[in-house]
Amino acid sequence: MVNVIWVMMAIIGIFFAMAHGTMDEVNEAVFKGAKEAVTISIGMISILVFWLGLMRIAEEAGLLAKLSNLCKPFVRCLFPEVPANHPAMGYIVSNMIANMFGLGNAATPMGIKAMEELKKLNGYKDEASRSMVTFLAINTSSITLIPATVISIRMTYGSAAPGDIIGTTLVASTISTIGAIFIDRYYYWKRVRKGGKRR
Amino acid sequence: MSLIQLISIWLIPVTIAFILLYGTFKKVPTYEAFVEGGKEGIQIAFSVIPYLVGMLVSISIFRASGALDYIMNFIEPLVKTIGIPVEVVPLAMIRTISGTAALGMTTDLIATYGPDSFIGRLASTIQGSTETTLYVLTVYFGAVGIKKMGDALKVGILADILSFIISFFIVLFVFGR
Repeated sequence: MVNVIWVMMAIIGIFFAMAHGTMDEVNEAVFKGAKEAVTISIGMISILVFWLGLMRIAEEAGLLAKLSNLCKPFVRCLFPEVPANHPAMGYIVSNMIANMFGLGNAATPMGIKAMEELKKLNGYKDEASRSMVTFLAINTSSITLIPATVISIRMTYGSAAPGDIIGTTLVASTISTIGAIFIDRYYYWKRVRKGGKRR
Repeated sequence: MSLIQLISIWLIPVTIAFILLYGTFKKVPTYEAFVEGGKEGIQIAFSVIPYLVGMLVSISIFRASGALDYIMNFIEPLVKTIGIPVEVVPLAMIRTISGTAALGMTTDLIATYGPDSFIGRLASTIQGSTETTLYVLTVYFGAVGIKKMGDALKVGILADILSFIISFFIVLFVFGR
C-alpha cells in the first residue's frame, strides 16, 4: 500500500504539473524535499544519541522493566503479544509519556527503540506485527497533555488565553486514541477472520 | 495552566537527574552505558535518510504541483455541508502527511483569523491532537527496516480523520462559534 501511495503522489503531481504549467515549482520541490529530509535526519542525530544513551543507562539499571511493570495492567491488554517485563513495554510506555508532555524530541528515540524490540519479538521479520500496528495507531493519535508548540504560537499572536485549548486538545486526543485502538482492533479482527496468519 | 507548564519544563531535567542517580545507585557503569547507547543513535539517524528522502520528495511534488489544492477544492463543499469551516480542511489533510507544512498552516490560520476565533481554536486543537502519521510511519518503520506495513497506514489515516472530526465537535461544544 505504501508503494502505491508513494508512486501516486509523485505521478499525480508530475502529470498535474504538465497540465497546469507548474513544472518550475515541481523541479524546485524535488530538491527542496530531498534536502529537507536530510536536514531532518541529520538534525535528529543529537537527540537520538542523547536519549538513546540515557535510556541505555535506564535499561541497564532495570528502570525500564520497573516502568513497564508499573503500567502492566493497562498496557498488557493493549499489547497482548508482548511478554510482561519485556524491554519493549518499557520503551512503549516511555514513548507514550514523552508524547503526552509534548516532548516530541524525546518520544522519537523511544518509539524507534520500541519498534526495534517489537521486531525482535516478531523474529526479525520485515513485516509489521500486530503490536507494531497498535503502537503506531496509538502513537499517531497520541494523548496530548501539553501542546507546547501550539501554545507558543497562540502567545505570539496575542491570544487572551493561549492555554485554553489544552482542555479541548486533551479531550479530542483522548477520544481519538480510544477510537484508534478500536479501528486497530477492527482490522486485526478482520485479518484473523479472513483466516490469514495471526500476526 | 501554569502548573502544567511547570511540569513540562521540569520534566526533562528531572528525568535526566533521576536516571543518572538511579543508574549510579544500581552500580551501572553510567558513562560507558551512555556512550554505547548513543552510538546506536548515529546509526539510526543515517538509516532513516533514504526513507525520509523518498517520502518527502514525493510529498513535495504532490504539493508543489498544485494537485493537493485541486483535490481539496473537491472536498470542500462536502465538508461545508456538515458545518466544518472550509478554511481548516487543508490543515486537516496536510496534518497527516507533513508536520512542518501543518505547523505553517496552523500559524497562518491563527495569524489570519486570530487565536481566539473559532477557526483559530479549531486549528490549534487539530495541530495539537494528532501526529504526522506518514512521518511517524516512515521514521519508525524505516529505522528498524520494516518493509511490509500491513494495515498500519490505513489505521493511522482513519485515526487521523476521526481525530479531525472529534476536534471539530469538541471545539464547537466547548467554545461555541
